Amino acid sequence: MDITGRKLFVKALQEEGVDTIFGYPGGTVTDLFDELYKTDAINLVLPRHEQGLIHEAEGYARSTGKVGVCLVTSGPGATNIITGLADAHYDSIPLVCFTGQVPLGLIGNDAFQEVDIVGMTRSITKYGVTVRNREELGRAIKMAFYIAQSGKPGPVLIDIPKDIQTAAGSADYPDHVDIRGYKPSSGVHVGQLKRAYKMLRTAKKPLILAGGGINIARANDKLQAFVEKEQIPVVTTIMGKGAIPTTHPLYIGNCGMHGKYAANMAVSQCDVLFSIGTRFNDRITGDLNEFAPKAKIVHIDIDTASISRNVVVDVPVVADADVALEKLLEWAQPKKMDKWMEQIHEWDESNPLAMRRDRGMSPQMIMEHINREFPHSIYVTDVGQHQMWATQYLELDENSQLITSGGLGTMGFGFPAAIGAKIANPDRNVVCITGDGGFQMNIQEMATAVTQGANVTICLLNNYYLGMVRQMQELFYGKRYSATCLRKRPSCPADCKGPSENCPPYVPDFVRLAESYGAYGIRVTKEEEIEVAFAEAKKHTNAPTIIEFMIATEELVLPMVKSGNPMSEMILK
Amino acid sequence: MSEMKKRWIALYVENQVGVLAKVSGLFSAKSYNLQSLTVGTTEDESISRMTISVESDDITFEQIKKQLNCMVEVIKVIDLTDVTLRMKEMMFVTITDLNEAQMTEAFQIAQAMRVDVVDIGIQSVMLECKRTEHKHNDLIALLKKKFKHISVVRGGAVAVESISTECK
Repeated sequence: MDITGRKLFVKALQEEGVDTIFGYPGGTVTDLFDELYKTDAINLVLPRHEQGLIHEAEGYARSTGKVGVCLVTSGPGATNIITGLADAHYDSIPLVCFTGQVPLGLIGNDAFQEVDIVGMTRSITKYGVTVRNREELGRAIKMAFYIAQSGKPGPVLIDIPKDIQTAAGSADYPDHVDIRGYKPSSGVHVGQLKRAYKMLRTAKKPLILAGGGINIARANDKLQAFVEKEQIPVVTTIMGKGAIPTTHPLYIGNCGMHGKYAANMAVSQCDVLFSIGTRFNDRITGDLNEFAPKAKIVHIDIDTASISRNVVVDVPVVADADVALEKLLEWAQPKKMDKWMEQIHEWDESNPLAMRRDRGMSPQMIMEHINREFPHSIYVTDVGQHQMWATQYLELDENSQLITSGGLGTMGFGFPAAIGAKIANPDRNVVCITGDGGFQMNIQEMATAVTQGANVTICLLNNYYLGMVRQMQELFYGKRYSATCLRKRPSCPADCKGPSENCPPYVPDFVRLAESYGAYGIRVTKEEEIEVAFAEAKKHTNAPTIIEFMIATEELVLPMVKSGNPMSEMILK
Repeated sequence: MSEMKKRWIALYVENQVGVLAKVSGLFSAKSYNLQSLTVGTTEDESISRMTISVESDDITFEQIKKQLNCMVEVIKVIDLTDVTLRMKEMMFVTITDLNEAQMTEAFQIAQAMRVDVVDIGIQSVMLECKRTEHKHNDLIALLKKKFKHISVVRGGAVAVESISTECK
């Protein structure tokens, strides 16, 4: 018996095991929403803006590994998710995004709320298609879920014209699809992996560089077992943080632009860099000619196109991190690395990661309190200085997780992503670490959090500035604070070099803002107040709590490597 | 960095809306130097074959092939750079404002260059050329020197692996 497209849509979601969908209605998707209204198997979350919506779906997907599902209308609904698609594409997050489209006959007419969303998003989706035939709908949805989560995960966009939603057609939803142009690699070339392993065995100063691929593949345990057996030190990218527990004796720290001194020195001095699941982003490598200059490089990655793109590698291995590590574990043998480890410890002792403690409440102190008060949690950051401090000072173990916008660096990501993570993990603590700039980019999601009862603890580090850019202006642009002070008004002096008593008040008042949404707000000005604030936040189980930390305006993220410089040239103080 | 040189790719893709835009978009998005791209369906109407030429060094070319392979709609990527090929381009050249002597010269050139005169007016001729891209470049250069007003319509090269003979 034939059924409508809208009925097949909901049937498909159920067969894919979708329990939550992030949706914002509009003219071209009213039929799909009407169908969702009739089912109680799927939790429909209504955000307050489509950008918030897609970041929420990302938070859901990043925290569970499951596909995040979005449903938005055509035109502005669709264009508002573009930033999130790019974000998910960069960080390999599985999303399936459904967009409504004007009826087939109106496409190309500049109809009301018509945009060519598939065309616009071609370079930032793994796959995208407009369904032009009712009989293709089932296969298109099946393809979307399969492509989004297989191989290197990513976002898929399915654009459904309004008349396809109401047209009758086959009720069949395929249980698998065969796509002749898409065969994600599943195994590993054992010969090639053996070459890589042999190279590692001959090394005197081996180093493992773990990227986000370890976390995506959930290969953390295997990596830990492997390095413990071999006794090889580990550095991570920001996306790879947590690949092994951060308190592990073999863990050095993050490398890259704001990495730890010892981690960047280890990369500069190692003789074999055994990298897994990273694409050697410029924030990791700095000057490519000076990157790991003494090392032979092994690169294991599921994405062939990531291999030898930025850094030419000696042994490429195309494989899922989990599959490769499983094989490596079979071969692993103990290795003595005392001298090399000693050297690394010396570097670490000479320049440990630490902020001054004599200027009041520092971001490091806040992170330390989070580590103590909210262990085994999901930490979600926005983008900016606070993000770097979080990636430097948060401790992660097998029961905790860091979610951050690593590739695209999307301000406004953190808070909605935290809401999505909380919706997916109602029994876990979710701590959102954000800044006063990025938080305001999706501040409207306060309403979503309150209505969903998502009691996220928001640690908002307020320094009155867009701090990361302000830091660059301070260090490299003669303190010309162009458009980075969030208190600045037309009456301010044009050449302001920093805050004074005459500064206008900050807006908004985050505590009162929280209250206006029916949430909670606490302002913390000194370290002694942190513990009390956290205890208070934990009591609030029905709505989020904003804890506004008034931190020093002049705080810098250090160490720092200037963009394009070699990683060994770190600004330390 | 290895030398920049001209390379050829044959690409089998799904014959669907948007695939040409996706493939050509890759070249602009990633600043790859696309020189020509032709496309047509194969014996299987659901599959199109593209012939693509790019100017690049070795590393970039490897990357281009990998990026194309990543696309869901791309069925097969064949590197034709060091393969014996049959390669032809379709080109029309219209030469106008010719006096009698020039008209004779145009016919002579056509004959010598083995291209056909397919249309003629009182002061103009049209050449239909089915040689290689390279030969066409030479022909255009010559015609530009000889005549004031020429107009060129090129189709881009189509290439196929040869069965036996060496013919580039």
